[in-house]
Amino acid sequence: MRKVRYLEKLIGIPLPARRNSIPLRLLCLVWLGLGASAACFAANSLVHKAAPEFVRSDLNHRRVDIRAYRGKTVLLNFWATWCTPCQLEMPRFIAWQSKYGPRGLQIIGVSMDDDPAMAGTLVRKLKLNYPVVMGDEKIGQLYGGVMGLPITFLIDSQGRVQAQYQGETDLNSIEKQFKALLGP
Amino acid sequence: MKISPVRLSGTVKTFFAFALLFSSLQMPAQFAGASAPAGSTLSIPVAQILQPEALHHLMLTPVGEKPLILQVGSHLLYAEGHIPGSEYVGPGSQPAGLKQLEDRVNALPRNKPIVLYCGCCPWNRCPNLGPAFAKLHEMGFTSVKALYLADNFGTDWAGKGYPVDQGR
Repeated sequence: MRKVRYLEKLIGIPLPARRNSIPLRLLCLVWLGLGASAACFAANSLVHKAAPEFVRSDLNHRRVDIRAYRGKTVLLNFWATWCTPCQLEMPRFIAWQSKYGPRGLQIIGVSMDDDPAMAGTLVRKLKLNYPVVMGDEKIGQLYGGVMGLPITFLIDSQGRVQAQYQGETDLNSIEKQFKALLGP
Repeated sequence: MKISPVRLSGTVKTFFAFALLFSSLQMPAQFAGASAPAGSTLSIPVAQILQPEALHHLMLTPVGEKPLILQVGSHLLYAEGHIPGSEYVGPGSQPAGLKQLEDRVNALPRNKPIVLYCGCCPWNRCPNLGPAFAKLHEMGFTSVKALYLADNFGTDWAGKGYPVDQGR
């Protein structure tokens, strides 16, 4: 037990504290070492919860109310112009919106740029075919704290978060998951 | 012939456990001998990279000079969460951000301990930290460290239970 406490102090993360759970705690340690820290952070994630509601104007001054997309499968993507991995994803998002839009997919971008002009320039350059709203700390905190990009939420037609993808994610895996939620 | 099973002492077992743990920890690409484009995070010398637990330890240590901790990324992400006591000085990827950084540190002695961090995106993709580090080096600062956040601030600092303040 003392060894586990020492390792907890070393890595700075409290491990599961159930009685007789030392093997579980050590397993978690090894798992953390294998790079699953992102998953640990996602312990406070929104998965299986109602997607937080927000209303914003997009960069074309059109109203975007997340509730208005009930009935559609939504990919809510937080991005920024300075985020290279975000920009690598965007061409796929454009393709998905074209291909799966008729089957009920709606992609919504939330730019976490400090300067809306920079976001607008990139949106026009890439010819994004889905709405983009400007984010702020309120919307970031609503979605569990957007403290690193990219981060994308898969929201089902009932408005519940089905998955959360943080960092550089396998886009084929995201496509497979949202396709399972789409209509024929 | 009877072969007796190999028995490992507690010390040897502990050694292997630590070897397994630390060999699998995510390390900066510098350790893997990756190429180092100028101004990228990969150009930051390994000796100048600070692990989160080391910074946290420094913050908790009551003695010694505290480093100046500067966030050189997004102001919005800083507002959502930042290291207590740290200051926002503008994105290192933009000339205006580097000017803000220069203005903030210009009057300081060149041996002032400074810790730079960003955590906007994965370490080897961060556009801000490398240029900010290079700027301080160019200005003659001799005690600059870059905080290693492998994935981002949320995962590698907030998600590990280290203290976070909010607000601008």
